[in-house]
Amino acid sequence: MGKTVLMQGNEACVEGAIAAGMRFYAGYPITPSTEIAEASAVRLPQVSGKFIQMEDEIASIACAIGASTTGVKAMTATSGPGFSLKQENLGYACLAEIPLVVVDVQRSGPSTGLPTSPSQGDVMMARWGTHGDHPMIALSPSSVKETYELAVRCFNLSEKYRTPVIFLMDEIVGHLREGIEIPESVEVINRPEPEAYHAKDLAYHIAEGELVPKMAPFGKGERYNITGLLHDASGFPTNNNQIAGELVTRLMKKIEANYEDIVQVEEAHLEDAEVAIYCFGGTARAAATAMEEARKKGIKCGMFRPITIWPFAERELLPVTRKVKRIVVAEHNYGQMVHEVRRVAGDHCEVKFVGKVDGTVITPQEILQKIEEA
Amino acid sequence: MSLEEAWEAAVIAGKQTAQSQSYGPEARGGSCKAEVIISDEKIGFTKVQHPTFLMALTQKSLDTYGQNLPEGCLVLIDDTLTAPAALNGYRVVKLPILRTAVEKVGKAMTANIVAVGAINGLLKFVSNEDLKSAVFLHIPKGTEAINEKALNEGIALVEGA
Repeated sequence: MGKTVLMQGNEACVEGAIAAGMRFYAGYPITPSTEIAEASAVRLPQVSGKFIQMEDEIASIACAIGASTTGVKAMTATSGPGFSLKQENLGYACLAEIPLVVVDVQRSGPSTGLPTSPSQGDVMMARWGTHGDHPMIALSPSSVKETYELAVRCFNLSEKYRTPVIFLMDEIVGHLREGIEIPESVEVINRPEPEAYHAKDLAYHIAEGELVPKMAPFGKGERYNITGLLHDASGFPTNNNQIAGELVTRLMKKIEANYEDIVQVEEAHLEDAEVAIYCFGGTARAAATAMEEARKKGIKCGMFRPITIWPFAERELLPVTRKVKRIVVAEHNYGQMVHEVRRVAGDHCEVKFVGKVDGTVITPQEILQKIEEA
Repeated sequence: MSLEEAWEAAVIAGKQTAQSQSYGPEARGGSCKAEVIISDEKIGFTKVQHPTFLMALTQKSLDTYGQNLPEGCLVLIDDTLTAPAALNGYRVVKLPILRTAVEKVGKAMTANIVAVGAINGLLKFVSNEDLKSAVFLHIPKGTEAINEKALNEGIALVEGA
């Protein structure tokens, strides 16, 4: 077992990333994510990694994408305003199948909003912020310890599926300090690569029965092209409708077909629950206390927390909606995930919403009120 | 943020802890606050809802945060401050924290460490040895002697009282 240390969520993100193999960080500081840049600047040179502060958020993600093409595990971090700017290149990384971790420590928006107050208003942007049909994986931590663990997982999923992964943090957890035990080692997954670099290998060739290309790092093996245009196996643009359709379908399928591997949820006290709180990220802390308070009052209350925000954990949520009488969705926004929950719940249970857009934190009492409401 | 060391000591002592603090311009000078929860059980909501202890070193922060405290909350303030009427009926401990730092330790900026000693003197939630280890994790090299003195003076403020 490792040693217990005190750490801030943002610092734990960097430590987890480094444990997973991050050796490149490019970013443009913005609260409440700035400590991720600061800690990366200190820690990366210590592990022979590189840190660079770019001129803006767009350049930062572009720089991280460039580093990743050469085989280096790369990350960039920002908050809402910067996350908006990164969307175009996020789609580029999805299509070009470049592993990358993009951290968004959410703050109140829209625009530059309310620096630096807690928010979870970027949930839908994490899924659909970049245009076109694209796969997306996003994870959301609710403690400092989990921030460390999920930072590792973000890299592992990104590498395994050669796709950008969003680490959707929030101010509550990013700035929270807790004691955590740093594990001595973690499971690390590296991106699929060809067994040897042959000049004849086509970079985007997909082996029979597989969904992820085994690409050589850029500069090794066959000369290939990286583009934001739909492309063939050599990476060069194509207008061939069959190839185009197959490519976009495969990109979606590579995440859909691996749902079981990607989606994680935490369920608490759902066995006998009549009411369930749906929550994620930092809000789960208020929800946990609300659940305890409800139980003390004799209300059979449970909690459903998606750890993987995208893909949406509907397979796990479905049986819950068929069992409980009411789901209380608590999220720090005007109502985003609540629509997904309503879609899955249909007419099978009542869905109530607790949200906040004034920059203050949702309290356990506010959730409890919705649990008890007639 | 003198509570930070106290909280680090609690981690060393194997307790569950959560800390959050003012974030914004006020954290660089002004009326700011740090909140610490120390528990034997897993911590849910990370904000302090029912404080059992409040420390304030400036009149402005005392006036701001010394309101609507739950019954039984212990309040530690510098002896240069005046307790507002809202604190009538509470146990308010006044100690010369700022003066001790200046006069006995010889450096005003050690007031936070004096306060750490005083807090543990009052609450006794960790051993003085764990407290010292925690403080030493947070100070620049070469300042061990003055910080240890500040800590001991803080403890003595309570034990000598």
